[in-house]
Amino acid sequence: MSLALDKPRQPRRPAARRSNGELYSWLFMRLSGLLLVILVLGHLFIMNILDGGIHRINFGFVAGRWASPFWQFWDLAMLWLAQIHGGNGVRTIINDYARKDTTRFWLKMLLYVSMVLIVSLGTFVIFTFDPNISN
Amino acid sequence: MTSAGAPERSGTTRGGGTLYRGDLGMWSWVAHRITGVLTFFFLFTHVLDTALVRVSPNAYDAVIETYKNPVVNLFEVGLVGAVLYHALNGIRVMLVDFWEKGAKYQRVMLWTVLGVWIAVMIPGAYFMLVRTISELVGGH
Repeated sequence: MSLALDKPRQPRRPAARRSNGELYSWLFMRLSGLLLVILVLGHLFIMNILDGGIHRINFGFVAGRWASPFWQFWDLAMLWLAQIHGGNGVRTIINDYARKDTTRFWLKMLLYVSMVLIVSLGTFVIFTFDPNISN
Repeated sequence: MTSAGAPERSGTTRGGGTLYRGDLGMWSWVAHRITGVLTFFFLFTHVLDTALVRVSPNAYDAVIETYKNPVVNLFEVGLVGAVLYHALNGIRVMLVDFWEKGAKYQRVMLWTVLGVWIAVMIPGAYFMLVRTISELVGGH
């Protein structure tokens, strides 16, 4: 039996140019996931199930909630975490299934643009919300 | 998933195919991906519709009315079901990764996920649909 192994101190080994990016991405999915379980399931329970669910939601309901910094922060945290968590998940899926480098590149560009757009728009809306805006 | 070299379970291949037909764990992973992508696409729409509060109360109320439509209401049950599965299975994935006995109990945990999912979705779907159904049936 002959095993073909790299010699231990071969001069050219790929390890030198490795980065820990994918490790941090993996860890982020778990940490953000844990927080999102509380944030998102809480959000869905309040909005869809509690006290009449979706049928009681209108502009006045949103105005009442965003009068409180607690719910503003809840929604802001949920927006950022969900968008980065979901975007990172879709990035993984693009990497898995896109076959050509150009397809992979453009799909990821589309993804990143949509992430920046949604996070910016959502953050802007939470911070500049005006309950007395005219009809 | 027809990648060359994927392990095949002996005795379970039909016609010499190379399709990897994994265990239950593979399907939990497939479902995790599908529910995740669907939720991400919904999130895109949802931030856009909520942004209408910055335009005018009327514009926001008009778009929120579509969420109260019976058919859309049914999709909301689907959304809650998808997110709930993704959350429960996500906890299972974390336990497999970080709990020393996680890998040993991954199968039991998957059945627990499905059990909890059903136990939550039955009353959840009831509360989400009760008003829509009573309005459809009672003509109220």
